[in-house]
Amino acid sequence: MSTSLFDLGGKTALVTGSTSGLGRAIAGGLAEAGAAVVINGRSAERLEGTVEALTANGLKAHGYRFDVTSEELVNAAVARIEREVGPIDILVNNAGIQRRAPILEISAETWEEVLKHDLTSVFLVGKAVARGMVERKRGKIINIASLTSEVARETIAPYAAAKGGVRQLTKAMCVEWAPHNIQVNAIGPGYFATDLNAALSADPKFDAWVRARTPAGRWGEPQELIGAAVFLASPASDFVNGQVLYVDGGLLASM
Amino acid sequence: MLDDLAGKRILVTGGSTGIGAAAAKALAANGAMIALHYNASEEQAKAIARAIRDAGGTCHLVRGDLIRRGEPRRIVEEAAQALGGLDVLVNNAGSLVQRVPFEELSDALIDQIIDLNVRSVIAACQAALPYLEQAGGGSIINVGSIAGMGGGGPGASVYGAAKAFVHNLTRHLAGLYAAKNIRVNAVAPGVIDTPFHAATPPERKEAMRATIPMGRLGTAEDLVGAFLFLASDRMSGYVTGQIIHVNGGQLMA
Repeated sequence: MSTSLFDLGGKTALVTGSTSGLGRAIAGGLAEAGAAVVINGRSAERLEGTVEALTANGLKAHGYRFDVTSEELVNAAVARIEREVGPIDILVNNAGIQRRAPILEISAETWEEVLKHDLTSVFLVGKAVARGMVERKRGKIINIASLTSEVARETIAPYAAAKGGVRQLTKAMCVEWAPHNIQVNAIGPGYFATDLNAALSADPKFDAWVRARTPAGRWGEPQELIGAAVFLASPASDFVNGQVLYVDGGLLASM
Repeated sequence: MLDDLAGKRILVTGGSTGIGAAAAKALAANGAMIALHYNASEEQAKAIARAIRDAGGTCHLVRGDLIRRGEPRRIVEEAAQALGGLDVLVNNAGSLVQRVPFEELSDALIDQIIDLNVRSVIAACQAALPYLEQAGGGSIINVGSIAGMGGGGPGASVYGAAKAFVHNLTRHLAGLYAAKNIRVNAVAPGVIDTPFHAATPPERKEAMRATIPMGRLGTAEDLVGAFLFLASDRMSGYVTGQIIHVNGGQLMA
């Protein structure tokens, strides 16, 4: 009875930026829970490799390469996916970049680039997929937020601004789409060691700081995001809407 | 992903009706051994226990009045005795008690609301933590409320404050016990149509429904997923100090 609450059998999930890092882990987790996953990335090679690795394990996966910052390419890709794979039931807006520099040294171009990849993409892909979800009167959207949706540290101002925006966009999407039986929520990862922050985890001082600052005393493993993703992608969360679920080992709960 | 719930020893307070009952049944359905606490609703408690056992599960009934000093500890001890230890504590019991205008609050009513919704949670946690430590880790799931966020609804000043107390206590305990592999989180229900709202006037329920983006009140079943998620280390092993709001978008924290 209750295990079917988390079952994603028969569902199709699009995870943007899923050829590495957290997106890859989430895509794998959704696939293990029964969904057919659509992998997305910018490198054709990594895309192929990821799809192969999943299908070799008996999971259902398809690869679509498209730039999440281009409205035209996003709309075309979503139309293709829904035609070739099927209607998208679950969308995970995970794709994102990071550019570190003090605010006084950040160019306007870099600012725009980060906002485009980390916030505008959520709007563009969200809009394209939600159109179909509204028609079908069902859907799950999971935006990947961040610790920096709440608090900030130095050198990541555009990222923090974008992730704060993702938090609020999640709520705005919820307000407009909840009446259509679409649940829109976000996951806020704490410190997870991935390519995006390889420089940080390799730095002994920063590593020590993360361990001291996080009540759990350690970095998170990408697989530890899967539970939250499956929860928010499945019937188990049908009455959860407009929320940000932080998976951070207790960091935000502590001072 | 919920395989790790099998054999987990879980105490659910206020498990005879509403959200507690739904959570207890779902946890049992996933293999957990349940100690079901109840106070007044004996028939309902027995029915839940029977349903769990008929389905092949384990359920021990523990009766007690959480408002009385010493009772939360006694209830936890009895549950741990019956189950052979404790892995998860679900502090679900709670009540608005009575809607009263702020100016008319009596000391007696304040005491009742705080003793039931706050003191009993503190005492139950104090009693349970040594067992969770003994087990090598575990988790506490507190039940907060949407009322603990925006100040609470009409006539529910102390109840709202009490639930905010639970939310922040959740965070404090999370920071304190993470190193011992004990996670502490909360589920904050919105407006859920259970016996809790038996005394809420229909016009008030309708007024609340109109503020919910999903256009309906919640059901006890709507809460089940969040409890299963938080009770399972596989699903939420890196989640602590969090409050999961299940309210159809009524409040986006």
